[in-house]
Amino acid sequence: MTNWMHHLLILPILLPLMVGAAMIPIDERNRMAKGVMGFVSTLALFILSMVLMRIASMDAAPAGSGVYQLGNWPAPFGIVLVLDRLSALMLCLTSGLALAAQAYSIARWHTSGHHFHSLFQLLIAGLNGSFLTGDLFNLFVFFEIMLAASYGLLLHGSGPLRVKAGLHYIAINLAASSLFLIGVSLIYGATGTLNMADLSMKLAALSPDDRQMVEVGAGVLGVAFLVKAGMWPLSFWLPTAYAAATPPVAAVFAILTKVGIYVILRLSLLVFGASAGASAGFGQSVLLAGGLLTIAFGAIGVLASQAMGRLAAYSVLVSSGTLLAAIGLGHPSMIAGALFYLVSSTLTIAAFFLLIELVERGRDAGADVLAVTMEAYGDADEDEEEEEAGAAIPGTMAILGLCFCLSALLLAGLPPLSGFVAKFAILSGLFGLSGTDAAPAISAADWTYVTLLIVSGLAAMIAMNRVGIRTFWASIENTVPRVVVIEITPVVVLLAACIFLSLQAGPAMRYMQATADSLFDPAGYTERVLSAPRAGGQ
Amino acid sequence: MEIILSAAIGVLTASGVYLLLRPRTYQVIIGLSLLSYAVNLFIFGMGRLRVNAPPVLEPGGVGDLGRFTDPVPQALVLTAIVIGFAMTALFLVVLLASRGFTGTDHVDGREQRHD
Repeated sequence: MTNWMHHLLILPILLPLMVGAAMIPIDERNRMAKGVMGFVSTLALFILSMVLMRIASMDAAPAGSGVYQLGNWPAPFGIVLVLDRLSALMLCLTSGLALAAQAYSIARWHTSGHHFHSLFQLLIAGLNGSFLTGDLFNLFVFFEIMLAASYGLLLHGSGPLRVKAGLHYIAINLAASSLFLIGVSLIYGATGTLNMADLSMKLAALSPDDRQMVEVGAGVLGVAFLVKAGMWPLSFWLPTAYAAATPPVAAVFAILTKVGIYVILRLSLLVFGASAGASAGFGQSVLLAGGLLTIAFGAIGVLASQAMGRLAAYSVLVSSGTLLAAIGLGHPSMIAGALFYLVSSTLTIAAFFLLIELVERGRDAGADVLAVTMEAYGDADEDEEEEEAGAAIPGTMAILGLCFCLSALLLAGLPPLSGFVAKFAILSGLFGLSGTDAAPAISAADWTYVTLLIVSGLAAMIAMNRVGIRTFWASIENTVPRVVVIEITPVVVLLAACIFLSLQAGPAMRYMQATADSLFDPAGYTERVLSAPRAGGQ
Repeated sequence: MEIILSAAIGVLTASGVYLLLRPRTYQVIIGLSLLSYAVNLFIFGMGRLRVNAPPVLEPGGVGDLGRFTDPVPQALVLTAIVIGFAMTALFLVVLLASRGFTGTDHVDGREQRHD
């Protein structure tokens, strides 16, 4: 591994940070230039994350690859960035999603407020940092970068409803950040380390008193992540906030909940994995119960939603719940399927958020949640006509309808698309159909999970059917929305990514399986981080 | 000293949580500030309380851990203070925006009816 290759690992954080900062002094009138700058930067990130994914999935990686020591301090003392299959996957997903949302925003949404593209880049920097860091406190810092940018983005477009949703969103996240700090400092107080790899090594050897303190700390920390992930009793802020956000922002917010899931997956398997002694499997029952309740709550919410924005927001909850419960059940054979589900559902929900606004554009201004959207248009109304660049697409309703059908299939998890493949992979892992190991005993919790997984799919199907019929078949006003190419392309691309994922399910599942295997091998992770050689002179 | 610090953290947290749950945005922001003070003190306390022990190395004392206090929590507190401060400022802006839009300082943007 040559020297410059080594430095690739910090680029996913540095690049958006620098591009975002460089955009701030540029005048807001050059929005298009900013948009192109941001798009190019995100495109570069996407290619970069592909490269990193390749590096991460090399079997015979040289020692120390994928571990970046900031300031060249070795692991437990300095802060490290760690690249493995899971973080590479998340990086790829983030940049892909960001690419779509950014292209979409260029059509009109970035005009409804200031510094949209800068905030967007900072959000990506925070997300990438959270996925790459191998240090708990560093995770906090990146979390805050991500959250600060997300506050700005949620308020983008302004209007009373967004400000109200933003106020609640900020208040709950600030409270969650306090919990995060309490948890981190408790863990530090008991173990004297913040490095995740070091922590997982030290946990088994702790005295019972100290272990108790670590568990309390991890519990408090977990609450902070579960607020982000939207687990049931902590998720009431989510539907309002997501439904109030502008479409490109909501699309990229689809991955914010996954950050919480990512951290929980990483920490519960790394720190509280099989090697943790008496603490092994800590918190799994909470994740399971919370996850199941979240699926149920989300499914009821999906059925109860009148507006499509809320429907999509409740789908986010269903997706979170499915993943949390899968982590809680803790069967190693299920995790690969769960990761596949994570990718597929994130792409679907993002595409759906983008699609909603296009579909609803043609409808009556007074209709349900549209009040929110229209408010944002209020100020920009006069220059809207000239700002809308690009040609409108022909056959608008047909294309929108087709995209809607695809999202419905994906959300409900019906064959032949990736939503089905993902759920099938989870279930076959649960029932031990993969054939690699003996069939595990199926417990009551497993059956509850299976039932809820299928019922939530049914709920999504019913709700999507109802909304689809109301919008496409029985719509009273026949105004066809004006949709430009640059707006529909991101939706099509995201859905095409799901179709591609279904076609290439074999290779994708192999990657997920390798990811899951490496997650269940915490010793390999710690060994890689702690024994990484320093750059330059040894 | 321990009892004073823990009592201070407890009082700050209790008042912070109480204010956080109040319906006025100004109370919420003060509550969040108190909560962040409590958290900062708590992080500081996690480095164990030492009197007259510097967190930086001094000549002659290298390797003698008994003479120094743990510098890491102090660095963490510094970061947490800065971030907490920035977030409070940001929240303040949103609070003012909300007040401007709705004309009330209720967190839900409208007064509760008392009928």
